[in-house]
Amino acid sequence: MAAFDIVGKGVPRTDARAKATGSATYTDDIKLPGMLHGRLLRSPVAHARILNIDTSRAKALPGVKSVITGADIPPVRYGNWRLFPNLQDEYALARDKVRFIGDEVAAVAAVDRDTAEEALGLISVEYEELPAVFDVDAAMRRGAPLVHDEVEGNVSLDRKIRYGDVESAFKEADYVRKDTFTVQAVSHAYLEPCSSVAQCDQDGRITLWTSTQVPYIVQCLLASTLKMRENDIRVIKPTVGGGFGGKMELRPWEFCAAFMARSTGKPVKFTLTRREELATGRRRHPMKLISKVGFKKDGTLLAKDLKILLDGGAYNAMGPTATFLCGNFGAMLYRYPAYRFLGLHVYTNKPPASAMRGFGAPQSLFASETQMNLAAEELGIDPIDLRLKNAQVPGDEIPDVATISSCGFRECLENVAVMSDWKKKRKSKKKGYGVGIGCYSFISGGVFNWFNTQYAFSTAEVRAFADGTVHLLTMASDIGQGSDTVLKQILAEELGLAMQDIRLTTADTAMTPQADLGTWGSRVTLMAGNAVIDAARQIKEQLFGAVSARFNLNVIYDLECKGGRVQAVGKPERGVSFGEAVAMVQKTNRGKALVVRGSYTPRRKGLVTPAFSFGAQVAEVQVDQRTGLVDVKNMWTAHDCGTVINSKSVEGQLEGSLHMGLGYALSEQLVMDGGVTVNDTFLDYKIPTALDMPHGVSACVPTYEPEGPMGAKEAGEGMVSPTAPAIADAVHRATGYRCMDLPITPEKILSGMKNKG
Amino acid sequence: MKHVIELKVNGDSYQVAVDPWRTLNEVLREDLNLTGTKLGCGTGDCGACTVLLDGRTVSSCLTLAVEAAGKDIRTVEGLAPSGEELHPIQEAFIEEGAIQCGFCTAGMELSAKYLLDRNPAPTEREIRASMSGNLCRCTGYDKIVAAVDAAARKMK
Ligand code: FES
Ligand code: FES
Repeated sequence: MAAFDIVGKGVPRTDARAKATGSATYTDDIKLPGMLHGRLLRSPVAHARILNIDTSRAKALPGVKSVITGADIPPVRYGNWRLFPNLQDEYALARDKVRFIGDEVAAVAAVDRDTAEEALGLISVEYEELPAVFDVDAAMRRGAPLVHDEVEGNVSLDRKIRYGDVESAFKEADYVRKDTFTVQAVSHAYLEPCSSVAQCDQDGRITLWTSTQVPYIVQCLLASTLKMRENDIRVIKPTVGGGFGGKMELRPWEFCAAFMARSTGKPVKFTLTRREELATGRRRHPMKLISKVGFKKDGTLLAKDLKILLDGGAYNAMGPTATFLCGNFGAMLYRYPAYRFLGLHVYTNKPPASAMRGFGAPQSLFASETQMNLAAEELGIDPIDLRLKNAQVPGDEIPDVATISSCGFRECLENVAVMSDWKKKRKSKKKGYGVGIGCYSFISGGVFNWFNTQYAFSTAEVRAFADGTVHLLTMASDIGQGSDTVLKQILAEELGLAMQDIRLTTADTAMTPQADLGTWGSRVTLMAGNAVIDAARQIKEQLFGAVSARFNLNVIYDLECKGGRVQAVGKPERGVSFGEAVAMVQKTNRGKALVVRGSYTPRRKGLVTPAFSFGAQVAEVQVDQRTGLVDVKNMWTAHDCGTVINSKSVEGQLEGSLHMGLGYALSEQLVMDGGVTVNDTFLDYKIPTALDMPHGVSACVPTYEPEGPMGAKEAGEGMVSPTAPAIADAVHRATGYRCMDLPITPEKILSGMKNKG
Repeated sequence: MKHVIELKVNGDSYQVAVDPWRTLNEVLREDLNLTGTKLGCGTGDCGACTVLLDGRTVSSCLTLAVEAAGKDIRTVEGLAPSGEELHPIQEAFIEEGAIQCGFCTAGMELSAKYLLDRNPAPTEREIRASMSGNLCRCTGYDKIVAAVDAAARKMK
């Protein structure tokens, strides 16, 4: 492994200063001359036919500049799954029917927010209410009301995976168990509510500043819904205050801002309220998971049969991807000689679920990790030993799905056992005390091209200048995770430059090279990182040629970019400064600028991802026997993320994951009353505070991922998954209550303890 | 009817005409273009809008602009001492990696200032308790707590 100068260090984020001083510009901070303010009218009912909408009184209100409904816009359905148009099931504003409480029905743009809000109250909508379905069982019952008239049975998509002979494997098994798990809906709860500002120029072209993870996807889908050409639309991502999967689709306010900017000739801004975010926003899929596993007496896994029903809410959103992925995650971590998966994505009359950190893994792994713990108990094998016995190793193949290259899972298990003093703590009989374990594997970006793009998955342009600076342009989107810093580090490392030598332009669809599929599925470091390396190597080729000629070097000599110089390896005197080398290349080419483009698209990497990460986590809890309150004391984590590019960022990602995993385990849940999301403030929707966090210790298991940039792969998304099963296992040791339906609340613990006597 | 009030923000005086129902957050962000103060919830639950009013932390989303008239208002833009580019708290947040998306940062820094003004050497527990009104979805708080601790040392 090469020694690095900048990669691996905890380099401070390049945007930290702007954020620390309040000068970083988020979308809602943008103010344009003459700008109008938009608000959305949302459906108050879960399922209804729209009989009539009267906007005349709203339009007559002084200060109102535009009121639109579904009847005013092109009847174009959209959705991220462009590859299968029948899965594109949304209109920017409802036509004919509303399908959940919060479905967007009309939009108003006015001179200020108060006027826009007042105008919403003047729109009258006549609804004919329809029977509604609020859970997967009701939705799939024969004769159930149809959320989308054309989708029989409310199942919008199914996904099957099958390999090995499941039936005979179960016959062979000494021990078979079948369990049903359910998991709740939770909110991304990014601190920055969604916001968009659109402007239309004199030629009718649109510029949209928007809080998004996917500028390219927004550009393309906005074009199709506005019936414009893609490149007549420019999407710019300003600083984004977190996304976690919740900002990865075209959304109605983005469409409405652009549509109304065009029709009024004035810039239009929409910013959502927190109430809208929590009550109507995207969320992590609630799921029902039915899992059957078979083992030999000695703990060897033989087979798994997994069925997952995803409660998708009213539209597909990123549900199809979640359906694919939760089945893939069900086959990860352990070697299943036979595996069968059936995933059904089911429509209900609730706010749509979509992508959220972990993308199917937190749900799927809660079930499979809890089931491993249950099995370990009944087989009388230590849960870590049972995992070690079945752990995936490098080179393992999941038929038709993926081949695992780097994999440090065994080492993670061994490490976390030592770090946590597992054997001793697990034996403790202290009242209300327990330790438990959970593990994860995650992807480093997706391979399956559901967006059906004709471009490379990630692209980077590098311009090199004679003053020794370079300009990196990429559509990759930093939404807070720190990719801007990581990509600069990779480029600086490759070109032997310092961070301050690099100017960076990102996430502007008119100015950065097409394309990049955005920030999701932990794809940016690996994919955009590889694109940057590809570009850097092309620059180096040219610089090396010029320097080699200039010093008349033997052709067998190796050259390097190091310390701001381009030189024969280890021989600074046989070389020139980076800037001089650039000038030499330009002179050779009669003045042509030194500009290159690099790209990355996964090849021969199966269907799922180019690389998997792994990890294991141990939780230590103390449960108050009277109140059922869980105090998570310590969390030990060992993980394998390949080469660490930025140590501070990796730590920060892990700590942030622990926060989200803890909330998922214990305190977070969007409580539904039929179609109503009951807890729509941060007072009632409880994300952990600084006081709630356990003490965390983590260790990186060193591996090198051959497909990753400098050996790197995913860090910090998959880590959101092991926390809930680890805590659930610890709570079981502490109280005898085994959680099969998240979250683990004091009520459930107390009644579970009572039932045990 | 609008009220004409005088707001003293970061040592500068501004005269503004405001409706009585407008919040300090709206007036700072929209009238004075001081957009470093964020709006995360508007209901007093997240702390992203935290500013100092006569040295005490308030949620600017729940404070009416007229209530702040004549008081000393301090926002993230005025955190660094005059003549300096950064306050030690800001330096520590940058150095410790306490900033990810940055949306909670301004509120966190002002809450940290309030704490350190009163308690120059807080324990970890005191830092966590004092910052528990500020939500962060990205960092898990560890590096924020470390940054407050580092800032306390710097300011000694
Ligand atoms: S915006 Fe004021 S507390 Fe959240
Ligand atoms: S850094 Fe994103 S909310 Fe705190």
